[in-house]
Parts: sequence; C-alpha cells; structure tokens
Amino acid sequence: MDYTPHTPDDIKIMLQTIGVPSLDDLFTDIPDAYRLKDLPDLPAPLSEQEGWQHMVSLSAQNTSPVMTLMGAGAYHHYIPAVVGHIVGRSEFYTAYTPYQAEISQGILQAIYEYQTMIARLTGMPVANASMYDGASAMAEGVVLAGKTLNRDRILIGRSVHPEYRRVVATYCAANGYNIVEIPYTSSGRLDTAVLAQTIDNQTAAVCIQSPNFFGIIEDLREIEPVAHATGALLIAGFTDATALGLLKPAGVLGADIVCGEGQSFGNPLNFGGPYLGIFAATEKLLRKIPGRLSGMTVDQDGKRGFVLTLQAREQHIRREKATSNICTNEALCALAASVYLVSLGKNLRKIAELNVHKARYLKEKLSSLVGWEVSFTAPVYNEFVLSCPAPEKVNAAWREAGIAGGYALGKDYPERKNDLLLCATEMLSRMDIDHAVTIAAEAR
Amino acid sequence: MGKPNPDDRRYTKEHEWALDNGDGTVTMGITDYAQHLLTDIVYVELPDIGKKVKQMEPVTVIESVKSVSDIFSPVSGEVVAVNETLQDKPELINEDAFGEGWIVRIAMADPAELNLLMDAATYTSLTEAVKDAGH
Repeated sequence: MDYTPHTPDDIKIMLQTIGVPSLDDLFTDIPDAYRLKDLPDLPAPLSEQEGWQHMVSLSAQNTSPVMTLMGAGAYHHYIPAVVGHIVGRSEFYTAYTPYQAEISQGILQAIYEYQTMIARLTGMPVANASMYDGASAMAEGVVLAGKTLNRDRILIGRSVHPEYRRVVATYCAANGYNIVEIPYTSSGRLDTAVLAQTIDNQTAAVCIQSPNFFGIIEDLREIEPVAHATGALLIAGFTDATALGLLKPAGVLGADIVCGEGQSFGNPLNFGGPYLGIFAATEKLLRKIPGRLSGMTVDQDGKRGFVLTLQAREQHIRREKATSNICTNEALCALAASVYLVSLGKNLRKIAELNVHKARYLKEKLSSLVGWEVSFTAPVYNEFVLSCPAPEKVNAAWREAGIAGGYALGKDYPERKNDLLLCATEMLSRMDIDHAVTIAAEAR
Repeated sequence: MGKPNPDDRRYTKEHEWALDNGDGTVTMGITDYAQHLLTDIVYVELPDIGKKVKQMEPVTVIESVKSVSDIFSPVSGEVVAVNETLQDKPELINEDAFGEGWIVRIAMADPAELNLLMDAATYTSLTEAVKDAGH
C-alpha cells in the first residue's frame, strides 16, 4: 500500500464535497482554550546531514561491551546472516500484523512453520503464533489456568525469574488470584516438599521455570505428579530457548503449558525488546489458549492454503469471555526465530552443547579462585550462581575491561547478597573466558 | 422455513428447549430457530457429568463458524448425561435440533421451574415478532 499525501487541490475538492469551508472547521468540537495556536519554542530544523550527525553523537553515548557474562533472561547468541536477509525483506519488515489475514499467505505460512517447530521443540501438540515476551506468556498461562479451572490460587517458584513473577502478579491482581511463592532448596531446585504441603483444591496452576533463574534444571518428574494430584495445571517456563535443543521437552514430561522467551532464537538483545513470547499447550486446552493460530487447510480447488483458525477464541469474537485480549503476535521476531531454527536444523543441539561446555568451563575456572564458591549443587544449562567476597568489585573490574559482568542476586534475593548469576554462551571463546577469569582474580 | 416448535416441551427466551422426561429429568437443546441463526456449528463444549447448574446460567458453549455462544440451562439441577455424539458430529444440532441434536440431560432441583418457561405457541410468536422487527 502506497502513501500518497493529499494535494491542496484534493483538500479543496473534499471540503467542497462535504460543505465545510476550511480544515480548521473540522476541529470545532475542541474548545478554543485547548487549541494550539503556535508551536512551542523548537530548535531550528536540521539538514539531513546535520540530523544524521546529531543522531550519531547521541548513539555514541552508548557503550557496547566486548563480551558479556550476563544472562538473567536475555542472552547473547550468534545470529546467522541469513536471518537478517529474510527478516529485512520489506514485505516482512514493514508489514503490520495482517487483518485480512488470508490475503497474506506468505506470512501465514511462515507462522505455521514457526508454530510447528515450537510444538516439536516443546513436546506439545499446539503452539500459538507467539506472545509479546516470556514474562507475559507465563502470565497468560496462569490466567488460562485460573479461568479454565475456575480456581483462584497460583503457586509459583521463587526460583522463577523475578521480573516474570512481577508480571504474573500484575495479571493475577487484575483477576483476583492469590499467589503463593514456593521456596527453593539448597540444591537450587524447587522445594517439592513445600509444594506438596501448599497445593490444594483451589490451586489453578503450579508455575515453574526450567532452567530456573539460577540456571538450574528442575526435575519435572518430581513436580508434575504433585501438580496434577489436585488437578492443577503445570506451567513450565524458560528464558533461554536454546535449552530446548538439549533438554527433555517439558511437554513430554507432562507440562500442560510450556511458555517462555524466544529471544535466543535469532533475535538480538535489542536493549530489552522487542522479544518473543513462546506459548504451547495440550490439545485439551486448545480452545482456551490465547493468541493467534495459523492453520493449514485446502481451498475450494483442493490447493493448500493457510488461515487464522479457531478465531472464535479471540476477544474480537468471544469478547469478555475470551481467555485473553491479545490480538496480535511478534510476527517479525517469530520469523527471525523460524529462520534461525531452519538454518540450524539439528545443529541446535550442538549450539546447546556448546553452551553447556562453555558454562562448565567458566564455572570451574571462576570457582577455583580464592574466596569463590559454587552456590548450588543441582545441574545447570548455561547459567550458574557463584558466591564471591566482593561481587561489586568484580563487576566493576569487568566493566573497566569492557565486559558486562554477572547479575548480582542481592536485590532480588536478599539472602544471597554475595551471589552472582553468570552465563556463558557459544559466543565466548576459551580465550575470552580465561581473560575474564584473570580480571576477576586480580579484582580487589 | 424452519421446523415447527414441538408442543411437548418448554422454551426459554434464549432459545433453549426443555423436554420433561417424566422421571425427574429434562433433556435440553437449542431450537431450530437458534441453530439457523448460529449457522454451521463446529464445536460443542459439553459439561462434566455431575455439574450443578442454575436456571438460565450457562451450561454449555456452542461454537459456530461465526460465533461462540453460551447456552443457558432451562432449569436448576445436576447434569446427568451429555450427548457424546456431538463431540464428533456437532452438526447434528443443525440437522436435528429437537431430536438427535439434544445436548444435555439434567436432574431437576425444582420441577416447578418449568412453569416459568414458555410454551411452544408463546415461543413461536416471540421469534416471529423478532423477524417482523427486521432482525
């Protein structure tokens, strides 16, 4: 669709047609006191060249680290060049989410492929076209559980990402749900004993994250039976989607909803967004899940085509009875994720293995430094928690060297003031890690 | 021209019918007029057996190609049977709304509630009035 502004002649003809003397007369409903007479004092206009130089100098105030040891919900992974080539095509890059959806067969097919890959990776029969981000995907899962079971109690692990818990709390407050946090044990895993004591017949959902915020892989085999014993739904979240390339899918282990952050699939860190909410569920919940669903079918000539299906779930039809009022998705980010997954194929597993090995190496090297200790015993993916005598000093030393350091746990977990959450992805070479460790060793 | 509304049952203003089975239960469904308005029905969300319902509260949900509609229970009581065939053939409601397209059987808490509902003649004139009003 082209943008063609009106000429003064066009405007004159339109005004004549509707019998209005001038454009100003179209705004008579706005009281005179509120109308802007003059523009406020703005600087003089810049030429394109001056404007460009102004923006360049502003962006120079940003610093980009040469490497990062931070995860905590957003991860630095390699993005193959082909992702940018596909995503940058103007048909995808400039398009808004399709409303006359069936005319956009290309994007519907892309979404269908995305849903298929996510369903396979999560071990679930159904995945939607995506949500805004991991946190809101988890919150929507919680609301789905509450509305489907007509229960108002939510149990959430304290080892779930603190910001995810805050977003869940916002959605729960709006819906009148009570949240109870389940603690973690010294191993770093969810305390299943406390979970079993706390869960009751009013519990709609048990909400966990694996790998959890401490990087630890939860044992869903212990958690699932407890959740399902009272009929509650098990919601399994994640923050680094590459873990899906290696770990047993939560869907296979009995989760009712698998949701999380897809940024690790082909999307840059983007200063915190846009990100990609992944949402998958069981067949039983199909008619309750939020968001768009792309479906494959045949047209009247028997040719394959794609549609947005099961739209009667959505709020433009179901209105206040819909599970959610989301009526969009992160199409471009989902497309980037799809191209990432397609270009890697089964090598996603190798990427995940690299993450495990790098993290193990970083963990061993740092924990061998004087005063540094491993905080938790349970197995991890690409993040882990270490305690050290002066986490602020170490992070400052790293920052000096252009390294984004670890995430200090103290502000979210006051009982863990000396702990750093550290991450190593395939982006770190052995030399990078050795270099970071040297700086940490010398930090006083 | 739709099917006539049978005289042997009672009707709600939300277009449900209730047939007294004579054993303390009623069978319920939606009228032929309702199925015609909904157009092709693609899914029926059947309630669990044992579910307690109140008169004119939603007991099931019917999804057609153009809408999702709550269906209201004509009486208070407990669900004792559901028409499982509708899981695979929801279109039975379109084809035979008063017969094979029955939806739920309910054990009545208070049979007197049936008197609050309309008879066939009253319901028929209600739907005709709506038609005349150009809906």
